[in-house]
Amino acid sequence: MSKDRIRILYTRLRKEEKLLAEASQRSGVDFTLEDVRDWVMPQEICGNDIFLCRCIGHLQNLEVARILHHAGARTVNAPEIMEICGDKIATSSILKKAEIPQPGFLVAFSRDAALEAAGRLGYPVVFKPSVGSWGRLLAKVGDPDMAESIAEHKDHLGPAHQVFYIQEFIQKPGFDIRAFIVGGEPVCAIRRYSDHWITNTARGGKTEEHPLDKDLREILCRVHDVIPGDFLAVDCFLTDSGLLVNEVNDGAEFRNSIDPTGRDIAGDVIALCSSLLKRKNLKRKEKKYSGPGTSV
Amino acid sequence: MKEQAICVVCECAIDFAPGTLKGEILVCPECGTELEVVCTTPPGLAEAPQVEEDWGE
Repeated sequence: MSKDRIRILYTRLRKEEKLLAEASQRSGVDFTLEDVRDWVMPQEICGNDIFLCRCIGHLQNLEVARILHHAGARTVNAPEIMEICGDKIATSSILKKAEIPQPGFLVAFSRDAALEAAGRLGYPVVFKPSVGSWGRLLAKVGDPDMAESIAEHKDHLGPAHQVFYIQEFIQKPGFDIRAFIVGGEPVCAIRRYSDHWITNTARGGKTEEHPLDKDLREILCRVHDVIPGDFLAVDCFLTDSGLLVNEVNDGAEFRNSIDPTGRDIAGDVIALCSSLLKRKNLKRKEKKYSGPGTSV
Repeated sequence: MKEQAICVVCECAIDFAPGTLKGEILVCPECGTELEVVCTTPPGLAEAPQVEEDWGE
């Protein structure tokens, strides 16, 4: 049987996956980089490999993780975390239940109800697709006429867009905050500056370190309590009344956060995967000595 | 000698940096097309897939 390893799965090899491979190499752990477009699943899972799921498409990443999980493998992140993070409505609902501060939001299932929801939140509002990233298809809507147009357009974009997620617009102080959590521990944070109302490093913009102060740590730990992902990137707004959690990402891109913070984020993720690998091996040994049983 | 592949759109020769891996995206310096490395030995490129609705973080 081959030696247990970290298997970094991808569909498009971004800078992040290369950094993860380099970090694995530096740490001396056995690893592979695997393009899942070459796979046919399900496949037999041997040993105690840790699967670091980094496919660029949310649905592909989720399904790969789901199949591996049900075959008994340990994935980073777990599929149930991907399900939550990949769906803004699920994320917001969980944050709401835990009373974690976030921008006001409403969900509607028809054009008319979407207009009513926007009016109830108060203009301007932001229409967001429930699934999507990189600031794609976000619309800042200033009045009922604009809302009507956006709702009509979305109505024609297919079923995924007929679930209307509408969020209160938060006036930012020129930046938002992106913080990383690895293995439950907040590791670093950056400010993302932009002249545009959308601050996303995938769309350009300046970054600098943001201190991991008590307030930020506290809200990050609260987020992790209810969305206990192995590796998360949490986006927050800083407002006069404190921090608001905007989004929680499970497939974080981090290339622009390393220089400003000096933090080896890829190294942190690989260290976590290595510890999971060791833990799995330990469990296997314990199982071996405690009597008959099958390891995955 | 540097390994090279040909841009599938404009046929410009593109250098493969050492350590180039399958699945990486290169941008053609001549025509700006995003190209995906589909093979490293021998070097091969294809037009990169368009961004899908669920791509991202």
